[in-house]
Amino acid sequence: MSVGLEHYLILSAALFSIGFYGALAKKNAIIILMCIELMINAVNIAMAAFSRYSVPVLLTGQVFIIFIIVVAAAEVAVGLAIIMNIYRSRETTETDKIDLMKW
Amino acid sequence: MNLQLFIPELTLAIFAIAVILLDLFVQRKGVLAGVSVAGLVISAGFTLTMWGSEPQTIFNNMLAVDSFALFFKLLFTGIAILVILASVDYASKLTNLQGEYYALVLLSVLGMMLMAAATELISIYVALGLTSLSLCALVGFLKDSKSSEAALKYFLLSAMVSAVLLFGMALVFGVTGETQLSKIAQVIQAMPLTNITDNPALVLGVVLLIVGFGFKIAAVPFHMWVPDVYEGAPTPITAYLSVGSKAAGFAVILRIFSSAFGLPEWLSLNWGMLFAVLAAISMTLGNVVALPQTNIKRMLGYSSIAQAGYLMVGLATVGILPTADVLGQSAILFFLASYTVTNLGAFIAIIAISNKTNSDLIQDFSGMIRRAPGLALALTLCLVSLIGMPPAAGFMAKFYIFSAGVHSGLLWLVIIAVLNSVISAYYYLRVVKVMWFGEPTSTEKVFSSGALRFSLFITSIGVLLLGILPGLVMKLTEAASKMLAFLP
Repeated sequence: MSVGLEHYLILSAALFSIGFYGALAKKNAIIILMCIELMINAVNIAMAAFSRYSVPVLLTGQVFIIFIIVVAAAEVAVGLAIIMNIYRSRETTETDKIDLMKW
Repeated sequence: MNLQLFIPELTLAIFAIAVILLDLFVQRKGVLAGVSVAGLVISAGFTLTMWGSEPQTIFNNMLAVDSFALFFKLLFTGIAILVILASVDYASKLTNLQGEYYALVLLSVLGMMLMAAATELISIYVALGLTSLSLCALVGFLKDSKSSEAALKYFLLSAMVSAVLLFGMALVFGVTGETQLSKIAQVIQAMPLTNITDNPALVLGVVLLIVGFGFKIAAVPFHMWVPDVYEGAPTPITAYLSVGSKAAGFAVILRIFSSAFGLPEWLSLNWGMLFAVLAAISMTLGNVVALPQTNIKRMLGYSSIAQAGYLMVGLATVGILPTADVLGQSAILFFLASYTVTNLGAFIAIIAISNKTNSDLIQDFSGMIRRAPGLALALTLCLVSLIGMPPAAGFMAKFYIFSAGVHSGLLWLVIIAVLNSVISAYYYLRVVKVMWFGEPTSTEKVFSSGALRFSLFITSIGVLLLGILPGLVMKLTEAASKMLAFLP
């Protein structure tokens, strides 16, 4: 059996779903951030697979991935800074306890 | 390629860096606001000189320079100038970091300008990233616990939504093999598809794109961040988010949906209906939940969800009418312009009042007509415009967008929208009533700085001008929407 496009897409969809579940269910802000990274990397796998199998001559998908990685890295930098900031004032990163404002 | 067409963006980038560097040397921090406004004015000037020229693309079809993008660039620079003028008092309370504040505002404007110009999935994503990251940092700019909580909520949700959006982009790319909007359109039109079930991957991709941009424009059910972030963020940034981020979201949606997914009719009818349903839910939920609010920033947050609902009536029109007719697009642009001046005016008045009273509660606005007649009058005008009563801008905007809705046969949606406008009158007029007939909590007058009064004056003139002489701006919005059909 050879590995085709659908195998990569199944892997990507599974990783994306795991990340999505984690982002919704976990309480620690850092773990949520890690789950979001998982979702973004699942997209990268899908993008690479699509690029390889549907337009093998062009490198559009791979170029897109490079940009995604760059933006994701910037996102992590800003996100960790925000989490640090909230940890300084509340001494916690549990999202349940960050509930000054609701409704 | 012609680098001249990229000068407005380059100017902003240079000025953003210059403001950070200048912050290190200058003692009087007021200069920084002046430099940022100068940068924005220069950038707007360059943009104006390009108005009316032939539509072109730059960077290998990554960005379009057409009237549509130019209209939004002018709108964004205008918003940012008013926001910076409104932040001068606010920012002077921050001892250091003022340079970063203004630089982040400039960078987010740059991101929004790129969003309006982007004609390619990669450039759309990068522009979106630039905008939302600089806005995240601005939301958490104050070091108090509310501001950092708002920043955390905004950041986590926007990062998650951008991952969902990327998955949508990956699917669209996978189905079509293209990232350029015009080429995506060509591939989709060449496909032998007649029904929504023929290509589930494409449909899923389109839906995920709607989720991603629905978050940006604060549509229900992707609105959960709005009230919290609006309440916690520094007030000038709340004003900025409520108009800038929404306008940028609509710019991208219009660009993507009318050029890439505009044509096979089964597709555009379906996303048009999806937007119609989202519009109905957004305006109903936004207006009903706004009724019991006691914090005015939170109330305006829910109000902005409702306004996104009215705007989506226009999007539904775009999907349901054939693309040759630009009524829906033009109505959305006019509504955005009117919403911008109105909401900015309301927030600037609130900034001026709460600078003095240190409170955002509606009850503390009691008797404001005697303590600050000018501010209260301007706030009343803006709230009346948000309801959509003549002679304010909101009336013409709603009239325009609802008549577009009726024209495309969405009578049920327009009826819901009109009923919602009636509900919304209750909570907007409650603030007016408290200001005009309530007992003042103290006899002390509320004074505001020159910059605030100037920006409030400009927005009030804008509200009246758009309400009384709408034809001037409608000509611009029609010219801009016609360009949308242009494919590079």
